[in-house]
Amino acid sequence: MTMSPTKETITPVAAAGFESAVSARNISKNYGNVEALRDMSLEFPRGQLTSLLGPSGCGKTTLLKIIAGLLEPTSGEVEVNGQKVTGPGPDRAFVFQDFALLPWATVLRNVAFGLEMRGVAPSEREARAEKYIKEVGLAGFEHSYPHELSGGMRQRVGLARALAVDAQVLLMDEPFSAVDEQTRRKFQEDLLQLVQNENKTFIFVTHSIEEAVYVSDQIAILLPRPSRVSEIIRPSSFRNKGVDNIRRYPEYLDIVDEIWASLRTYVE
Amino acid sequence: MTMFGYRLPGMSSLLLWGLLWEIVGQGGLTFFVPPLSEVLGTLFEILGTTAFQKALFETAYAFLAGVFFAIAIGIPTGILMGKSRLLDELLLPWVNVFLSAPLTALVPVLMVLFGFGMKSIIITTTLFAIWIIILNSRAGVRQINKSLVEMAHSFGASPTDAFFKIYFWAALPEILGGVRIGIIRAVKGVIIGQLLISIVGFGALFELYSANFLMGHFWAVLIVLFALAFSISEFLAYLERRVSYYAAKR
Repeated sequence: MTMSPTKETITPVAAAGFESAVSARNISKNYGNVEALRDMSLEFPRGQLTSLLGPSGCGKTTLLKIIAGLLEPTSGEVEVNGQKVTGPGPDRAFVFQDFALLPWATVLRNVAFGLEMRGVAPSEREARAEKYIKEVGLAGFEHSYPHELSGGMRQRVGLARALAVDAQVLLMDEPFSAVDEQTRRKFQEDLLQLVQNENKTFIFVTHSIEEAVYVSDQIAILLPRPSRVSEIIRPSSFRNKGVDNIRRYPEYLDIVDEIWASLRTYVE
Repeated sequence: MTMFGYRLPGMSSLLLWGLLWEIVGQGGLTFFVPPLSEVLGTLFEILGTTAFQKALFETAYAFLAGVFFAIAIGIPTGILMGKSRLLDELLLPWVNVFLSAPLTALVPVLMVLFGFGMKSIIITTTLFAIWIIILNSRAGVRQINKSLVEMAHSFGASPTDAFFKIYFWAALPEILGGVRIGIIRAVKGVIIGQLLISIVGFGALFELYSANFLMGHFWAVLIVLFALAFSISEFLAYLERRVSYYAAKR
């Protein structure tokens, strides 16, 4: 066997040598009689990107929203930096699949929205928003409205808004699924840069196998009925080797194939 | 619209109808329709009279007060109904009943309850306008993109923040549409109130002129009323266009 990903098929614990920024412990979530999540536990190492990958209906977005504090688990608990989650908090920021921008507000006000909700004074929040607008490559569009931007640019606004509040944990719910393929590739490259430069913990929900393997330090494969973490994969050889080479690594291709093999039976 | 290569200004059709009115009037077909020129002459004549100005003031006062209450109560009620299932279940049947009820028939009840004065007229005006404002605000809130609400929640928005910074703005296109229709209904409400409750304002003028067969005066006041209602409604339509850039993309 030439593959070298670390695999843990039993109840996942934090990989040795990593400190957890976020821990989900025995999370169950029921909607009436429907069991969305059952007794799910997962550790998210600090400063790394963890993907939640699985077929639709496996509860990956539900888990993300529970971590965000937007949904309450039926049982179990989430801890962020040792603090139990009871609702949304300043230690986490959310990037939405459909961008969730205020259509009546400019890019500047959208990016500053999180700071506005935290009561930061207008001049300071605008200065900080401008900084992050530049960082995501939207300089010059501060006074544009969302409907004047392309899908990719809108998600950059959503990303800048999440970065501007300087939360330690970034929760991303299929953030690139609504943008076109080329923009998406650029986003994935930028995301790798971001993980490297910002000392933040990223939790990234996706349904794209290639995307998960490309961007992740750790991939949690979730399977449905009942929802559970079936395995955790930590790609090792192609991390930090440059964004251009990842897709040519044999390990990258092997992991993609392996994940597909385990998921294909769940695809209708 | 363009005709023979010329772009016609807005409402050019009014000229045509005005011309028709003039012809019918000059033909002397019926005393009920005096020529438009005569009506306009009368209009400028009565504009300066104290009777007219008093009527205008009384009508405007009742109208503005009635619309104010309809908006100030209607918009928050509608937004809260859109947000809260419980409130919606409680109030929606009543809103629907009153929206389609013949409110004119309720006016005598209002007179018993609130007397024969300005108060009853204002309440009548409010009752004519408020229901559609409530329904539209509610509809505006109900179509709100759920992830906007989640977004505000996730960034720690307080309920007040969410109300003023998310719900109100997200529902604004529908709210303005509701206010525009509400105001048109309020014009009806204020005149019906003035005719039925106490003979004051424009209602009194209509009563006076039609009872004395002063059709020129009658039409003149009607034109003034129409012009006022039309201007307000056009102003609101303008506001609606100002927010239409995001109405389709929420």
